[in-house]
Amino acid sequence: MTTDLKQVGGAKKAWEEGPVAKAVARFPERKEEFLTLSGTPVDRLYTPLDTADFDYEQDLGFPGQYPFTRGIQPTMYRGRLWTMRQYAGFGTAEESNERYKYLLDQGQTGLSIAFDLPTQIGYDSSHPLAHGEVGKVGVAIDSLADMEVLFSGIPLDKVSTSMTINAPAAILLAMYIVLAEKQGVPSDKLAGTIQNDILKEYVARGTYIFPPKPSMRLITDIFEYCSDKVPKWNTISISGYHIREAGCTAVQEVAFTLADGIAYVEAAVEAGLDVDDFAPRLSFFFNAQMDLLEEVAKFRAARRLWARIMKNRFGAKNPRSLKLRFHTQTAGCALTAQQPDNNIIRVTLQALAAALGGTQSLHTNSRDEALSLPTQDSVTIALRTQQIIAHESGVASTIDPLAGSYVIEAMTNRIEDEAMDYIKTIDEFGGAVSAIEQGFIQREIQESAYAYQQAVESGERIVVGVNKFQVADEQAPELLKVKPEVEARQKAKLENLRQQRDNAKVQSTLQQLSKTAQGDDNLMPGIIEAVRTYATLGEICDALRQVFGEYEPSVIF
Amino acid sequence: MERPIRVLIAKPGLDGHDRGAKVLARAMRDAGMEVIYTGLRQTPEQIVEAAVQEDVDTIGLSCLSGAHNHLFPEVTRLLKEKDATDILVVGGGIIPEEDIPKLKEAGISEIFTPGTTTATAIEYIKENVKR
Repeated sequence: MTTDLKQVGGAKKAWEEGPVAKAVARFPERKEEFLTLSGTPVDRLYTPLDTADFDYEQDLGFPGQYPFTRGIQPTMYRGRLWTMRQYAGFGTAEESNERYKYLLDQGQTGLSIAFDLPTQIGYDSSHPLAHGEVGKVGVAIDSLADMEVLFSGIPLDKVSTSMTINAPAAILLAMYIVLAEKQGVPSDKLAGTIQNDILKEYVARGTYIFPPKPSMRLITDIFEYCSDKVPKWNTISISGYHIREAGCTAVQEVAFTLADGIAYVEAAVEAGLDVDDFAPRLSFFFNAQMDLLEEVAKFRAARRLWARIMKNRFGAKNPRSLKLRFHTQTAGCALTAQQPDNNIIRVTLQALAAALGGTQSLHTNSRDEALSLPTQDSVTIALRTQQIIAHESGVASTIDPLAGSYVIEAMTNRIEDEAMDYIKTIDEFGGAVSAIEQGFIQREIQESAYAYQQAVESGERIVVGVNKFQVADEQAPELLKVKPEVEARQKAKLENLRQQRDNAKVQSTLQQLSKTAQGDDNLMPGIIEAVRTYATLGEICDALRQVFGEYEPSVIF
Repeated sequence: MERPIRVLIAKPGLDGHDRGAKVLARAMRDAGMEVIYTGLRQTPEQIVEAAVQEDVDTIGLSCLSGAHNHLFPEVTRLLKEKDATDILVVGGGIIPEEDIPKLKEAGISEIFTPGTTTATAIEYIKENVKR
């Protein structure tokens, strides 16, 4: 049976002029215009007319096949559920190690390490700028000695580990490789991810160290080293998550993330790598926001657009180079400090969007994260949320269940088209690096963030418990406290390390590393040697800072 | 004509979350204030120096990393040292309720927690700025 679009068009018109007009005359709709969370108008009803140009084989295809709209694996969650990976880490390596073991005991299937800000920005815990920040938003890692404690009792050939580390990603990866070696695990058995996505640090997240050029070199050095020595490692997680958190729309999230991806692929190709040697290890990281339908469409659009870019723009031949594999985290910025238990429901909807969108792994936020780091109870509920969706809701039993829905396909098409338009504009700037240097991407994000805030303040957009349905006299929930003695303890450990290690050896590896940084050779082997001598993260970053300099952001608001 | 209120929006410490700081900075500018935004990774010393140099009426501190208990009081302490306590200091971010009394004791006039509207913050500053 084929649908006669003309007939549908006529029938729709009659419906609009008849029953709809009558209903609206008696009961006006709640709003003049209905918008997605990203501010895009949503129609009253979608019909086959909205997917008229749609070609099933070309635009959707089958799971595991180009253009991967319906998913990157032939059986998706029927074969294996997404990896449930809760981002965690706080205080010292000892405390975080306990939390990881707890999460693994609770059925979590992968680790995700949160580092504190000094670690992420390449300062030792003893650095003056680290004061007050040690162990706060993640675990403090100064050297290999801390990594040994962090993974004590966790066999590295049995877990996959994701590390949210960017500017000093090469150093943390080096520590992981040396630690594995000490456990007797060869580097080709290691599975995991380093975020290693510096471009979004410049526009949204802020943990940059070096200027773009040497940063891009560090990244391509990692691609090259891992394609040979750590082949199962995801060498980058190209992240839209933080760009979305900074306030952009769904379309912008796809566009800016893929534009960054294009910049990394171009840099690696320019450095002489073959696209099919490194592209299969590229991974992505997206946000799951509140607008369920728009988010599902976003994930599908991103997958299709990346496959088309890799095939048509870069001529990738390996099917694995075309697959957009992604991690998802529910939207931190959607959590409210008011009536925090409501966040459990928000996270459930967001996590559902990620599952319906075909994510490979998922972090669900905890209800109390608008207030502080989550308590163990809150983290458990967040993990249970995923488990309920996976095992009870039924959505994991069939692949890409919303496909064919008129609205989902129309939104998927629209997001892909609009994201492609942005990518063209960014190309006109000379690519993502130039667009960032000229402030284009930052300004676009800020415009969207401001528009959203105004919509909330005007009451046009309702946030339950914040601008509607408030309660007076809320009970403050129990919160996790990072012990204030963490900083002193970490500094003492570091001091002790500096006295115990062979400082002459440390100095000579650092000097060697500086020399390598001045030339063109791959930096990874030198970083691994430095890590092995227990050179600290701060010392290694300083050796590189001396050669590379530091990034000077332009302030735009 | 009365001169507009001058504001310094500052990000002390290493925290990179500046969506709130930038949205607020823009809303203040739209409300007729003169706004300077420091950018990320400012030490309390840099913030106080900028505030004095720019002759601002108020400083808005933003921190979402949990380091507020260390960083905010350091700013007010340095302002005292510089004899600049006429500058109104407010703060915002992921700040647990139980930390607020101590911060106020240290001279932070008001703490704005998540969900606060820009209008509320602007109104507060207009009413409390000392000049």
